[in-house]
Amino acid sequence: MPALQIAGVDRTFHVAGKLVPALRDISLSLRDGEFVAIVGASGCGKSTLLRLILGLDRPDKGEVRIDGQPVRGPGLDRGIVFQEHRLLPWLTAETNVAAALRRSDLPAAQRRQRVAEYLDLVGLTAFAKAWPAQLSGGMAQRVAIARALVNRPRFLLLDEPLGALDALTRLRLQAELARIVRHGGTTALLVTHDVDEAVFLADRLVVMQPHPGRISDVLTVDPAARRDRSSSAFLRVRDKVLGMLGVETEAVRVGNYETAA
Amino acid sequence: MKRFSPLLVPLAALAIWEAVSRLTHVSHELLPPPEKVAARLWDGFANGGMAGDLAASLLREFAGFVIGAASGVALGLLLGLSRAASRLIGPLFLGYRQVALFAWVPLLSMWFGGGEQGKIAFIALAAMAPAAVNTWRGTSALPHSYIELSRVLMFRPLDYVRFVALPGALPAILTGLRSSLIAAWLATVGAELFLDVAPGLGGRMNEGRETFQMDLVLASVVLLGLLGLTFSRLAVAAEKTLLKRRAT
Repeated sequence: MPALQIAGVDRTFHVAGKLVPALRDISLSLRDGEFVAIVGASGCGKSTLLRLILGLDRPDKGEVRIDGQPVRGPGLDRGIVFQEHRLLPWLTAETNVAAALRRSDLPAAQRRQRVAEYLDLVGLTAFAKAWPAQLSGGMAQRVAIARALVNRPRFLLLDEPLGALDALTRLRLQAELARIVRHGGTTALLVTHDVDEAVFLADRLVVMQPHPGRISDVLTVDPAARRDRSSSAFLRVRDKVLGMLGVETEAVRVGNYETAA
Repeated sequence: MKRFSPLLVPLAALAIWEAVSRLTHVSHELLPPPEKVAARLWDGFANGGMAGDLAASLLREFAGFVIGAASGVALGLLLGLSRAASRLIGPLFLGYRQVALFAWVPLLSMWFGGGEQGKIAFIALAAMAPAAVNTWRGTSALPHSYIELSRVLMFRPLDYVRFVALPGALPAILTGLRSSLIAAWLATVGAELFLDVAPGLGGRMNEGRETFQMDLVLASVVLLGLLGLTFSRLAVAAEKTLLKRRAT
């Protein structure tokens, strides 16, 4: 049984008296410990899909299931990092992370230890007492990652988490994210429009097309290909995905990856 | 020069007051000159029990402010956080705000009497509205993304109030409390003037009017103004301290 299963999901919104289909017939399964990236242009319903998995929204048709059980609402088994860090500006880095443990059943002493552990994991132990306004964008996003992970969720959802950062910080955090997610063995679902990022991080890529949001392709990334961003294997996967998204590249050739429907 | 500019107009007013009372035929009984009022103020504190009146008024104001502001913040939170409450109670509250505060005096004096209880009820009523309005505005203006975050973190309603709504609306709530403090001070004088005579600055003013001592009336007015100004200053300073850490 897949850990997370999205089964035939439709979602339509009413916008100014019109019906706008955001997602049509989305089916996708994630295995435990897998890192899946969804890539697509804006408007393809990527974030809507994450909201459905979080239980913040309900599908019109179909179901989101965890271990076969339909998702009925948010739960501590799913952590999320949003595009903006969404730290509470009146709490320190440390208390922002601790706020996520509000509903955890850990005793107080272990909570403090857990917060310290995750701040250390994202390399911000020295900034535990800092206010969000004192942190750089990249540091604030690291705190948000620690907050999403501090409950040790089974699923980590990433909604364009590095999209608002400058290019250098983004590259550095991509490497960190790869380390952090693999470290915990968390099942991760990343939504991004950065194809490089998706190829670098994910075991499997899901390509979505807009209007209405639908899955057009799923492909598996060879672990060897993502190890080196400038390797030809990496570039071939990237170019192929870019081609699927309608971006012309010099050569779209079939390499050492397999295409699944 | 800039530092003293807030003092220019009050000093000019004082000069005009002095000039009018000296150079015109207005009787000093009706408009005592400033120095006489100042002397009366001094004398009032030195031998006239003015300090006791001041303490009585402040105590009354403080009691009314605490009751009114606490219930105002609670009402504002309810209106700002519950859509049902703002739909059901909101219009009634907005309607209430259209009724002049003093219109409640007859009703309150029947319910609570004209004594201490009635006065404090009136002050509390005055302090309640600004606290409620600003808390309501502050909490309902919180970004939706925080509500979403709270749902993801599985916050209970009280967690949301403690971690998001109260601190998020704090600037608006403090603005409300400052207005409440001023409203309470105005209402204190109102209550003391219009309800039963009791020790307090308003009582002292009534006495001054009835015994035709305008210097006493004016001394009380000056004192009221100075205290109002002090409250305002103190509240602004408290706001700055409380919100300082966020801006850095």
